[in-house]
Amino acid sequence: MRLLAGTRDDRPLSWAEHRALHGEPPAGDALLLDEIATAGLRGRGGASFPTGAKLRAVAARRGPRSVLVNGAEGEPLSGKDRVLMRSAPHLVLDGALAAAKAIGARSIVVAVGRDARAVDAVTTAVAERGAAKAVAIAPVPEAYLAGEETALIRHLDGGPLKPTTTPPLPFERGLGRRPTLVQNPETLAHLALILRHGPQWFRAAGTLGHPGTALITLRGAVVRPGVQEIALGTPLLEVVEQAGGLTDDLRGILVGGYHGCWIPAAALDDVTLDDEGLAWYGASLAAGVIVLLGARACPVREVTQIMSWLEGQSAHQCGPCSNGLPAIANELDAIGSGRDDGHGLARVERWAGLIVRRGACRLPDGAARFLRSALEVFAAEFEQHARRGPCHACAHTTTLAA
Amino acid sequence: MSAPRVRIDPIACTGHGLCAELLPERIELDEWGYPLVDGEPIPRELLAHARAAADACPKLALRLASGDRG
Repeated sequence: MRLLAGTRDDRPLSWAEHRALHGEPPAGDALLLDEIATAGLRGRGGASFPTGAKLRAVAARRGPRSVLVNGAEGEPLSGKDRVLMRSAPHLVLDGALAAAKAIGARSIVVAVGRDARAVDAVTTAVAERGAAKAVAIAPVPEAYLAGEETALIRHLDGGPLKPTTTPPLPFERGLGRRPTLVQNPETLAHLALILRHGPQWFRAAGTLGHPGTALITLRGAVVRPGVQEIALGTPLLEVVEQAGGLTDDLRGILVGGYHGCWIPAAALDDVTLDDEGLAWYGASLAAGVIVLLGARACPVREVTQIMSWLEGQSAHQCGPCSNGLPAIANELDAIGSGRDDGHGLARVERWAGLIVRRGACRLPDGAARFLRSALEVFAAEFEQHARRGPCHACAHTTTLAA
Repeated sequence: MSAPRVRIDPIACTGHGLCAELLPERIELDEWGYPLVDGEPIPRELLAHARAAADACPKLALRLASGDRG
């Protein structure tokens, strides 16, 4: 363990405890950009974008720059960012302050999802180290789009919590129209440790293609669900065993949350948790959400609920979310409740293809990935519902609902 | 300079559909009347039609962008 080393469940590490554990915070100079690139750190918010390249892109812009720590954690299945901010807020701040210095940014905003303990922990940490001048804390609403960076920036600048058309991307025009480095809290915590111990140390854990450790949120049919830190490349089976094993037979595995990808239950035997291992199944680790869907849950009902929820959370600004998602949600509801006309699944598949890459943000793309992988992994279950209506498992409480 | 491509601002677009009438070679409409753009470069002989489509959009949601982005 690296990020969660020495942390406690009940309170954050204090400024003194943090320094005793990790040493003095890193300075953050221009060399940082090279170190981070050499380490091969990639963003842990979902998109897995190379952090070094992002730092350089903002550093190359002219004029005042900002850092936005995106701790909104809008994905309802993810809990890792709030666990990190609740327990090791200074590690996140170390990273944010060093990155800000390296790219020449003077202002830092930490956006924290509606989690009182995380907000308190970060607020206290900023005060403890006397950084209140440089770091502002912004509690943001509990909403799926709160984690979408353009929507978050628009909201923090006083507008609605809705995505904007890109380009310009935040590195070109972000907070207060300034070039803005947007990073996930976990990414910055890794950055803080890389600056202390070096790129080679970082690469000592993980795989060649996907180095380091990662925080994952394990959910569903396991004895001890929750947030864990794993070395990237760890077999899923090992992670499940560490969590006490399964509580039920498996129907399928969701990797990456509501914008993630379903993989077959049989993948438990051989899949490793890194982007190369997951690529065999068409998935990526994204922000580290893993849900083991047990046999007592109905995948058709689970998927239908999530698609309706995503439709409700969308900004309905673009064609895919004002037309495609509502149509899909209605049709899935008809299939699941036995009102299918025999062509519903074909329509859903066609619409899932139609909504991709046609919105301002990637919400519809993620929803399509989630849906299409579900239609593949649970093809038999969807067929069965289309023909016969609800199954026995439809009556049980759902595993995935927000 | 590389040949321009059609770009849609998906937030501005409200599906009037005039673009597909003026530039059917590059734009189709989905079942809700929103444009499906093939993303291919616009050859010289289609440029006038493409400009007409951009000018006709009541939401100014369509424009011609050169190069990879813009």
